[in-house]
Amino acid sequence: MVRVDGSGNGSSLVRVRGLDKKYQRGSEEIHVLQGLNLDVDRGDFVAFMGPSGSGKTTLLNLLGGLDLPTRGTITVAGDEITHLSGGKLTTWRARHVGFIFQMYNLIPVLTAFQNVELPLLLTRLSKSERKQHVETALQVVGLGDRMHHYPRQLSGGQEQRVAIARAIVADPTFLLCDEPTGDLDRKSADEIMDLIDRLVAEHGKTVLLVTHDPVAAARAHTLLHLDKGVLVEAHRAGSTAGGRN
Amino acid sequence: MKYRHLIIANLFRKKIRTTLTLGSFAVALFLFGLLAIVRGAFSQGLEVAGSDRLVVVNKVSIIQPLPVAYQQRLERIPGIKEVTHNNWFGGIYQDPKNFFAQFAIDDDTFHSMYPEFVIPGDQWQSYKQDREGAVAGVKLAQRFGWKVGDRIPIKGTIFPGTWEFNLRAIYSGRRPADDTNQFWFHYKYLEERENTYWHGLVGWYVVKVNNPDDAVKIAKTIDTTFANSPWETKTDTEKAFAASFVKQMGNISFLIMSIGAVVFFTLLLVAGNTMAIAVRERIRELAVLKAVGFSDNFVLLLVVFESVVVAAIGGAVGLTLAKLLSLRGDPTGGLLPFFYLPPQAVAAGAVLAVAVGLAAGIWPAYSAGRLRVVDALRRV
Ligand SMILES: Nc1ncnc2c1ncn2[C@@H]1O[C@H](COP(=O)(O)OP(=O)(O)OP(=O)(O)O)[C@@H](O)[C@H]1O
Ligand SMILES: [Mg+2]
Repeated sequence: MVRVDGSGNGSSLVRVRGLDKKYQRGSEEIHVLQGLNLDVDRGDFVAFMGPSGSGKTTLLNLLGGLDLPTRGTITVAGDEITHLSGGKLTTWRARHVGFIFQMYNLIPVLTAFQNVELPLLLTRLSKSERKQHVETALQVVGLGDRMHHYPRQLSGGQEQRVAIARAIVADPTFLLCDEPTGDLDRKSADEIMDLIDRLVAEHGKTVLLVTHDPVAAARAHTLLHLDKGVLVEAHRAGSTAGGRN
Repeated sequence: MKYRHLIIANLFRKKIRTTLTLGSFAVALFLFGLLAIVRGAFSQGLEVAGSDRLVVVNKVSIIQPLPVAYQQRLERIPGIKEVTHNNWFGGIYQDPKNFFAQFAIDDDTFHSMYPEFVIPGDQWQSYKQDREGAVAGVKLAQRFGWKVGDRIPIKGTIFPGTWEFNLRAIYSGRRPADDTNQFWFHYKYLEERENTYWHGLVGWYVVKVNNPDDAVKIAKTIDTTFANSPWETKTDTEKAFAASFVKQMGNISFLIMSIGAVVFFTLLLVAGNTMAIAVRERIRELAVLKAVGFSDNFVLLLVVFESVVVAAIGGAVGLTLAKLLSLRGDPTGGLLPFFYLPPQAVAAGAVLAVAVGLAAGIWPAYSAGRLRVVDALRRV
């Protein structure tokens, strides 16, 4: 169940209340998020849309603990992250967040395997355990046969799948995807969206997706619009407002 | 070390750049090793200088002589155990390039003054019995392939004419640093042959004191004794004397040191700039590492480590080359007989290389550590 009116009960996985984010640009103050509320349950798949500059990336960064809000609280799985110090936030991120970016952001000098292994280096897993996890993650994204390829030896769609494997390998609490198909052609984009669908449906992942692509957004259980600093539910043809039925 | 991929991979990211930076360190540390060798060659005298010996020279300059009559007057000063004198000959053997020091010595006093020089007893006797006899250090004899019994002609520069000597003895040193590149012959021979110009004169005196603690006091007494005479003296401990000798080389040494300092400063700028570029072009990746959950300090150390690894490898190459060079011996053919790279210099060089690597990496690393993920990812 996804709500944007602050009425969610205590059981939500992600709970955002009164989120404000202001940026200072010179003397001008930009009020990007203005008292935003959001409740997302475990296993939900939410898409955010909105015009460029409406604050989608800002919201995702706040949810992922990459930035701190001007005001308001974010609670994930019972932990309030908005008051964590820098170091604690980093540790929290390693445990709970899987990021997928538009630009893939793989390390070019590491192989697919080594890129996917990165988050596991922060855990206490042994070498063989890490190997097992990495291989599983790469098989889930369909790249079991490309493990020792370098990013430059992969297509854009394959690179993004490596990035997804990296995001899921440590089994985070939720996945944050910022325009994951923005750089891909239709076919590759559809494949990536199929993959994300499967992660939700078969692996029970919770996914928050920012996209400009209505086709991609249509895959989500719930579509939200970011408008004037708050979220509003979009009314879609053939679907009831409010998301999953 | 589970992070080694991250470090190694970054070194191989730009192979040419890494090689060049590594090469800069290698060249600089090779130069450092060379400087250490040359400085060691100059200051070797300091190491072997006896603390109980004083050197008495003419106050005007060391090349001005002193009267031979001072010998007895010095011997009478309380606290002085023995006295010998020394004379610089400055001749040329075959070619000016074949430089080595020749001294006209006062046989018996000289021999007991320098117990560090060892001469087989029978050789010493046969030297003493030959008016044209001479003694050579073992390294010197090796250098020219001399054997006892050889006849050695030396062309005078201060004292005219060609002087022929019979090599009667070869001395060695008790310690490795003792100078065995000298050539000695009888002061009597010099005095007889140069009886007009060099009559009753000696180059300088060397004095041994009973108690090294009195050395400075006795030096003062000596200089007061001869004050207001036509031949005033200036007395120093052998160590201070050797040090002043090194100081004369000081200008060369200073020049070398300046060049060295400039090279290292340049190295710091080159390496620092390289690391700054390396960090700048990798900003997104570093930001991703942080997004994934690596701490600011980890990212900082990653950059520092990379810089230090390059410095350490390059430095090791340079120092190894310098050591290899030093093992091949003096390349100048006798100018730097003490051609040796001591382990302390190698250690100092290694520390210096790592320090420069650290200094070069620290600022880029600091900015990498402070990098905010959201800003870095926004940058395209
Ligand atoms: N560090 C910053 N300093 C100042 N202004 C910022 C900063 N970061 C973001 N902004 C501004 O905040 C607003 C929201 O930016 P954000 O990137 O969240 O938008 P977005 O919805 O993701 O846009 P797009 O669809 O183009 O990615 C923009 O007007 C942007 O210029
Ligand atoms: Mg954005």
